[in-house]
Amino acid sequence: MILTKAQYDEIAQCLVSVPPTRQSLRKLKQRFPSQSQATLLSIFSQEYQKHIKRTHAKHHTSEAIESYYQRYLNGVAKNGAAPVLLDLANEVDYAPSLMARLILERFLQEHEETPPSKSVINSMLRDPSQIPDGVLANQVYQCIVNDCCYGPLVDCIKHAIGHEHEVMLRDMLLEKNLSFLDEDQLRAKGYDKTPDFILQVPVAVEGHIIHWIESKASFGDECSHHAYLHDQFWSYWNRDGSQSCSGWSGIPGLGDSSASASQSARIKGVGKHFLPGIFVKYVCR
Amino acid sequence: MAAVLESLLREEVSVAAVVRWIARSTQGSKDNPGEAAALSSLRPLRKEFVPFLLNFLREQSSRVLPQGPPTPAKASGASAALPGRPGGPPRGSRGARSQLFPPTEALSTAAESPVARRGGRRRVPGPARERGGRSLEEGVSVESLPGAGSRRLRGSGSPSRPSLTLSDPPNLSNLEEFPPVGSVPPGPTGTKPSRRINPTPVSEERSLSKPKTCFTSPPISCVPSSQPSALDTRPWGLGLPPGCRSLQEEREMLRKERSKQLQQSPTPTCPTPELGSPLLNWTGGLTDELADPARVSSRQRLELVALVYSSCIAENLVPNLFLELFFVFQLLTARRMVTAKDNDFELSPGALDSLESPLFQSIHDCVFFAVQVLECHFQVLSNLDKGTLKLLAENERLLCFSPALQGRLRAAYEGSVAKVSLVMPPSAQAVSFQPETDNRANFSSDRAFHTFKKQRDVFYEVLREWEDHHEEAGWDFEKGLGSRIRAMMGQLSAACSHSHFVRLFQKQLLQMCQSPGGAGGTVLGEAPDVLSMLGADKLGRLWRLQERLVTPQSSGGPCPPPTFPGCQGFFRDFILSASSFQFNQHLMDSLSLKIRELNGLTLPQHEPSDEDGESDVDWQGERRQFAVVLLSLRLLAKFLGFVAFLPYRGPEPPPTGELQDSILALRSQVPPVLDVRTLLQRGLQARRAVLTVPWLVEFLSFADHVVPLLDYYQGIFTLLLRLHRSLVLSQENERKMCFLNKLLLLAVLGWLFQIPTVPEDLFFLEEGPSDAFEMDIVAPEHGLDSMPVVDQQLLYTCCPYIGELRKLLALWVSGSSGRSGGFVRKITPTTTTTSSLGAQPPQTSQGLQAQLAQAFFHNQPPSLRRTVEFVAERIGSNCVKHIKATLVADLVRQVESLLQEQLVTQGEEGGDPAQLLEILYSRLCPHGAQALALGREFCQRKSPGAVRALLPEETPAAVLSSAENIAVGLATEKACAWLSANITALIRREVKAAVSRTLRAQGPEPAARGERRGCSRACEHHAPLPSHLISEIKDVLSLAVGPRDSDEGVSPEHLEQLVCQLGQTLQCRQFLCPPAEQHLAKCSVELASFLVADQIPILGPPAQHRLERGQARRLLHMLLSLWKEHFQGPVPLQLLLSPRNVGLLADTRPREWDLLLFLLRELVEKGLMGRMEIEACLGSLHQAQWPRDFAEELATLSNLLLAEPHLPEPQLRACELVQSNRGTVLAQS
Repeated sequence: MILTKAQYDEIAQCLVSVPPTRQSLRKLKQRFPSQSQATLLSIFSQEYQKHIKRTHAKHHTSEAIESYYQRYLNGVAKNGAAPVLLDLANEVDYAPSLMARLILERFLQEHEETPPSKSVINSMLRDPSQIPDGVLANQVYQCIVNDCCYGPLVDCIKHAIGHEHEVMLRDMLLEKNLSFLDEDQLRAKGYDKTPDFILQVPVAVEGHIIHWIESKASFGDECSHHAYLHDQFWSYWNRDGSQSCSGWSGIPGLGDSSASASQSARIKGVGKHFLPGIFVKYVCR
Repeated sequence: MAAVLESLLREEVSVAAVVRWIARSTQGSKDNPGEAAALSSLRPLRKEFVPFLLNFLREQSSRVLPQGPPTPAKASGASAALPGRPGGPPRGSRGARSQLFPPTEALSTAAESPVARRGGRRRVPGPARERGGRSLEEGVSVESLPGAGSRRLRGSGSPSRPSLTLSDPPNLSNLEEFPPVGSVPPGPTGTKPSRRINPTPVSEERSLSKPKTCFTSPPISCVPSSQPSALDTRPWGLGLPPGCRSLQEEREMLRKERSKQLQQSPTPTCPTPELGSPLLNWTGGLTDELADPARVSSRQRLELVALVYSSCIAENLVPNLFLELFFVFQLLTARRMVTAKDNDFELSPGALDSLESPLFQSIHDCVFFAVQVLECHFQVLSNLDKGTLKLLAENERLLCFSPALQGRLRAAYEGSVAKVSLVMPPSAQAVSFQPETDNRANFSSDRAFHTFKKQRDVFYEVLREWEDHHEEAGWDFEKGLGSRIRAMMGQLSAACSHSHFVRLFQKQLLQMCQSPGGAGGTVLGEAPDVLSMLGADKLGRLWRLQERLVTPQSSGGPCPPPTFPGCQGFFRDFILSASSFQFNQHLMDSLSLKIRELNGLTLPQHEPSDEDGESDVDWQGERRQFAVVLLSLRLLAKFLGFVAFLPYRGPEPPPTGELQDSILALRSQVPPVLDVRTLLQRGLQARRAVLTVPWLVEFLSFADHVVPLLDYYQGIFTLLLRLHRSLVLSQENERKMCFLNKLLLLAVLGWLFQIPTVPEDLFFLEEGPSDAFEMDIVAPEHGLDSMPVVDQQLLYTCCPYIGELRKLLALWVSGSSGRSGGFVRKITPTTTTTSSLGAQPPQTSQGLQAQLAQAFFHNQPPSLRRTVEFVAERIGSNCVKHIKATLVADLVRQVESLLQEQLVTQGEEGGDPAQLLEILYSRLCPHGAQALALGREFCQRKSPGAVRALLPEETPAAVLSSAENIAVGLATEKACAWLSANITALIRREVKAAVSRTLRAQGPEPAARGERRGCSRACEHHAPLPSHLISEIKDVLSLAVGPRDSDEGVSPEHLEQLVCQLGQTLQCRQFLCPPAEQHLAKCSVELASFLVADQIPILGPPAQHRLERGQARRLLHMLLSLWKEHFQGPVPLQLLLSPRNVGLLADTRPREWDLLLFLLRELVEKGLMGRMEIEACLGSLHQAQWPRDFAEELATLSNLLLAEPHLPEPQLRACELVQSNRGTVLAQS
């Protein structure tokens, strides 16, 4: 299943300042009944992350934190069972999981002598039962399970998707009898940065020569694509290939667990310097 | 200038401020207005500070080091140069050199001293003496000037006097013939060493070289003494006219000198310290003073000066880094001190802070100062060769003054792999016939062809004759060969014949003078390893021995003049004797072409990749190739410079005034022979300075005096000066230049700045626009400069004078060890007949074999050689890979099993990983030895087939088998060299990786893993994906937690399906990764908690929003069996009893405890949780704050649960009914 750039943009349009909750997703589904929930969720997640990256800083000023914390305290003082933290996050347009982290940090600062370490915070977010305050534990937990774009659960889902699709890709390569080196083998050979698979014999896909395949558990929208290129792919390029391939793999969805490495939306500017490999991008399901 | 130093010493200004002040022209220091003011008033003198400082130090040290090592050239006015003591003896002579430190300061005549010292490049002999041999001077000194500390003065004029009378004027200024060897004390020198070794005139080739106008460094003083052979000639050569170099004459001279000394100082040992001390030193350091840190006078002052001095060095404000290091080493190894008399002499109490009192009042001061400076330059020291490091690390003075520095040096020594061998490559055999260019088709006529063939024969005849005779005393090139050469040149009528001959000449030049990888197998940096590996132990020893005997002649002090060592002498003399304009022109054309070609070569040919292992092999090759190209370039450029500037060089002093102007006007019309300025600019832009600058320096070193004044070359010097200033060693920068690359450039540039023809004011007049310099370099991503292409071997090969540092230290060892000989003791005089050591080291079977191989290739088409080398290269590389994949991989497997055992035996704690590693290393590394045998076997097996496949079918059998054998040999050599150097490191690295992998895989639950991985064989992997399940369960959880709309909920069927799917996923493990499984486990526990608390909103008729009790139990049962049977990782069941989850119950009305009770019982029954564990969890629940009634119910629950007897199954079932009833009752109450 492949999405055109126009379709992607249309969906993304509807996601401006929408809280990352179950309810939002349901509305989205009603608006785009032809798209699978997985596709929508993935786009949602992607767009929301961009939004957060843009606005992240303003929630992290000390004044903002202080005011959030006070509001939280007032809220739970009134009614500890109400979704105080979740409502607060939605109201100020911030991800609930991130808001939970913010408040938890602030709470621990107040109650512990030493400032909490990152690992302590992470561990408490993974298992809110460790949070010394029962009310806060409930509030944090509520934020985490209600957040569909951030939080330890979402991270795990993304990780799992990545892993699953790597496995699928491997199976497909085996099935097609393509000889490849996987990441472990590459690392053993001393590569520092590796794509998922390097083909020992290049193949041509839709007229483009492919040296390696990397599967990503996220959408290949333009922005993340660029960023990813920057971080990772130039370094493969320096190691593996010479000729360029103009393959923008677009946003191939993963229809019913079959990876599709085809191309669609060609985005200008990306193609020129493209790498002789291919991204297989999947949709969260 | 002195004012600056003084205010520094008085702590009016800080060191940092002073260094800033020197380095940057304009602003004073911002931080301290006082400092700024103090300094700004002195601004006009800024440029003179560094020269002043250097002079000052030499000056000062000369007071303390009677044998005056560094400053031999230093002359009169030592004391007069001190501030406030104006008016040293006027120097009549101001050679070009003297401008180096422009002596404009009124205060100090010291400005001139540098002149003398620095290069000893004074040209005009003046009343104030110019050069060198301090001790010598002292020895002969007759005059004594009034005034303290004038030892120096006394000595000054005299030494050269005798020589003056003996020599013709031109020679006087020729440092070649008057090497400024200062300090070797005459007496012992004459007697002792000569007994052991024949004083052969080793540096003969230099004596023949044309006017090497006197220059060079002062400080050779002690150097020669480490080299017995050089030792005898040098000091005496001082006074020798060019012709009289024969041994007899030298000995005659020696005798004369000695008798003169005896006359002049009848009691040599005692009365005059100047004379006596060197004598004592020489005889084995009888009076070597122990340097004692506790006896350092005015520590603070020394520290300050050392700091300023170090900063100047670090900022490249001094012209020559290694010259300064040499000076510091001399201070470090100074043997003897002034007598007390000298000390008293200026010590007026109040003057301690100023420059009035001598800086170095004792040997302790010197050593302290030296160590202070060395501490600042550890980085440079640590990059010197291993031998130097060893000597430094073992220097007891260093240990005594700075144990920390000594420790670092020792560590650096132990980690160093920079073994440097300076053996000159053995002169190669004749040049091969070049079928491509030397065949008939390339000549205009038969006659030209035959003439060329004849000339070729004559050329080799001449060459061979030179080889046979040039070391004989009394043999003269011009006399022996000149007429034959000219006759031959006369026959080269046609222009094309000239070009053919020039090509031959140039090839022969390259082949003979620059073949680091040549016949003898002297592969750069590797030779010793390869040899010892191949068992050619004796050959290696022979070479080391030869090195000791032969190397000294290749350098003369830290700043020797440009020379033509070894075979290069032949080519130089050939050019001179031929004196053919056509030949020179063709030669220049050819050299320029070749230089352009080599300079433009793409280096390195491969991107260095991060891929380790095999690429190490390739990288080694890259480095070697760079070395070959660089050395070739330097050689070619040297000859190009020599020929190009030949017409303008002469013994007479440089012209001045109008004459100079007219010459300048004329010369500026002449286009440069090679557009070096453009090449330099391009080289800098492309960040290839490390390749371009070294050869350019060689080229410029032969420039005549006018050259630096020409606009064209001035531009070049400006660029070079800026480059020099910008190469600050301490600035480590990823994208900038590698350390050793910088060091090489600093060394060659420093050397260039000391050459007499380079105007001395050039260096100090240049403002420091290093920033601007940075700007105009448009740096490409990977310039050669940022690649580690230079190693110590190359550094020392290009700059043999750096080796003087080592000699200095070695000399110290030999002196202080008390044994006569010391450093040189291993050389047995009987074997050192001059002829046997000179030419033919490789008379062993190894060497012969190599020569045979060369000869073999000569007679075969070049493609054969390329094929063999290619095969050897590839097979060698494959061999390394093969060893890695087999032997090393096997070892790693062994490690893994060993590790498993270890973990089993040691149990949980596992032991200290580092210790574990060491145990494994020690067990496994010995196996690395097999690698060599395996490698040899591999090459033996693989090479012949490859050669056979690549050579033409028709190749004769004998040729084929020889080619195969050579390929095997070369491949083996290559592979084994790499393996022997790296196998241990490789094994260690792999083992380390394996261990950390194993330990990580071991994880927190060693036993649980590994056994049940994978799904059953029949599985088709159709189970739902873990990510999907987590997502679904998360949805249910979020519904349960809320907030939710009124119409939201899940159907009981959906719940059931979800749990079923979970079971399927857990059974098909195809897509399951450990983190996903962990989260599934946790989510399932959370789900169970919500079931127990009945918090899951159920879709259905409005009345019934809750799950039926039976359904809930069924779901819990399913979950229980999943936990029990299908989860392979730990399931956080204790979460069921976390306050948060139990708290869910508190909110329900009426509270229903039966499901929880049921669940807990089942957990116990299935063995998922122990009673104790549950008890502990319940216990900790009591600590939380609950509503009173809830707390009571909780207590009842735990009592109930814990009161149950541990009964076998049937009873338990019965019991369950009762209990559950009770639970309900309880819940309803």
